Amino acid sequence: MSLQVAHLTKYYGQQKAVNDISFEINKGEIVGFLGPNGAGKSTTMKIATGYLPPNSGTVFVDGLDVLHHSLKVRKVTGYLPEHNPLYLDMYVHEYLHFVGKVYGISSSRLKSRSSEIIELCGLTREQNKKIEALSKGYRQRVGIAQALIHDPAVLILDEPTSGLDPNQILEIRKLIKDISANKTVIFSTHILQEVQALCDRVIVINMGEIVADDTVDHLMRSQTKSLAIIVEFSGDVNEDVLNQIPGMKKLERITSSSFRLEGHQGIDLRAEVFRCAADHSLSLRGLRQEESSLEEIFRELTVNQTQA
Amino acid sequence: MIQVFKKELNSFLNSLIAYVVIGVFLTSIGLMMWVFNDTSVLEYGFADMDTLFSLGPYVFIFLVPAITMKSFAEEKKMGTMELLLTKPLSDWSIVLGKFLATFALVLFALIPSLIYYYSIYKLGSPAGNIDSAGVAGSYVGLMFLSLVFCAIGLFSSSLTTNQIVSFIMAAFLSFIFYTGFDSLSVLAGNAALLIKQLGILYHYESLSRGVIDSRSVIYFVSVAGLILFGTKTVISSRQW
Repeated sequence: MSLQVAHLTKYYGQQKAVNDISFEINKGEIVGFLGPNGAGKSTTMKIATGYLPPNSGTVFVDGLDVLHHSLKVRKVTGYLPEHNPLYLDMYVHEYLHFVGKVYGISSSRLKSRSSEIIELCGLTREQNKKIEALSKGYRQRVGIAQALIHDPAVLILDEPTSGLDPNQILEIRKLIKDISANKTVIFSTHILQEVQALCDRVIVINMGEIVADDTVDHLMRSQTKSLAIIVEFSGDVNEDVLNQIPGMKKLERITSSSFRLEGHQGIDLRAEVFRCAADHSLSLRGLRQEESSLEEIFRELTVNQTQA
Repeated sequence: MIQVFKKELNSFLNSLIAYVVIGVFLTSIGLMMWVFNDTSVLEYGFADMDTLFSLGPYVFIFLVPAITMKSFAEEKKMGTMELLLTKPLSDWSIVLGKFLATFALVLFALIPSLIYYYSIYKLGSPAGNIDSAGVAGSYVGLMFLSLVFCAIGLFSSSLTTNQIVSFIMAAFLSFIFYTGFDSLSVLAGNAALLIKQLGILYHYESLSRGVIDSRSVIYFVSVAGLILFGTKTVISSRQW
């Protein structure tokens, strides 16, 4: 099933939260929804789940309009809201049973389904606890478990890894990856490595507008402007020596013995640096190309927009 | 609807709420009926249950809002409302599920008071000398009255995220509906009867005479229905 967002606009009072955005996610795709705080990620997701109405435009889930076929759409959608609200006074299996029943799963099927989900989400040890007794990471799993219990075709996850420790983040990511086959998944995050690790495609949104919608690889390649390298020497080095390297645009001292060098477009400085080191008999300890990280691209995309 | 009903009822029964409500209701009514001299049936000397039926509504004015105050207010505050509203549940099924669960809890509190009826029935001289029809009518009245109180409580809870505000609003509105119109009618001159008929007390007293008047039944059901419709409208108002 596909998720299609068409010309969506949403105001909160006078403030424009989402401004005429359109995108489409096909079946089997995992798409990262990226943007700074307040960019309109959650708003878009809330509209896609039918919780909030748009001012104009609409969202189609498998061709069904969320406004007019809200109940049908809700049946095939799994949603993890931001901050992961849960009924704290319920037991884990009790809660999953309730959610399963709400989705109309028969009691006999629900039994096997909920133990399947409990195992998939790594909740086996915690299943007889009250939700309030669980740590944040496990609560997050319960939130994901309830979004998955009815085997939804479309999965909408709003910041599934926020506030978790690095191990938990890895586990949740793996979980999302595991379950995502044959599903349409969109998740929002502001952790960029996550997008790199999980997604086929990334949609960057800023100030309610889409500023990029591309595959991760392509986005990184197209946005990379200049190549920079990091050089580390074993002792102190005079900057003047390095300034003589041909083709260099910018030199930055990181510590007394390491530098960041930026070359002109299309020039690989590594060979030049090596020659320079040999000429001046400096001993090189490290020489690596700085990867233009997604962080930078993200900054580039979102900060520029703000200024414009 | 049945799922929401079950979940709500379970949450009452799994927490202290249900037991405190039932306990407080029965203790207070029991003390007033059997122990305190001013209102005790034993001192009064007549085999009737007026104490329960005249004081019960006042106890409900405080107890029912205490049950309902969290029903929407807490869900909104915790964010679970968003969870519920993005599940395949219609707004009506959420409102009615919660309403019926609250009403069921009130009925649980009322049922043990049938023992009082049995005791008075036996204590009468001769035994059985009690206006059973009146008692039955009063029970029906009390049930209808709590129907309206439950609706008021849910409505107040849907308006706010603060449980205390919800409680006070519900208690106040219940009080207005119960005796407010009656007191107001004194000032109204010609329209006195009409205003009196807007309040619960008029219809409650009419039922407690043992006659189940269809007008009173229609009054209770339509008032509760109207307030529930208001609640549903508040819940749906996110879509405006």
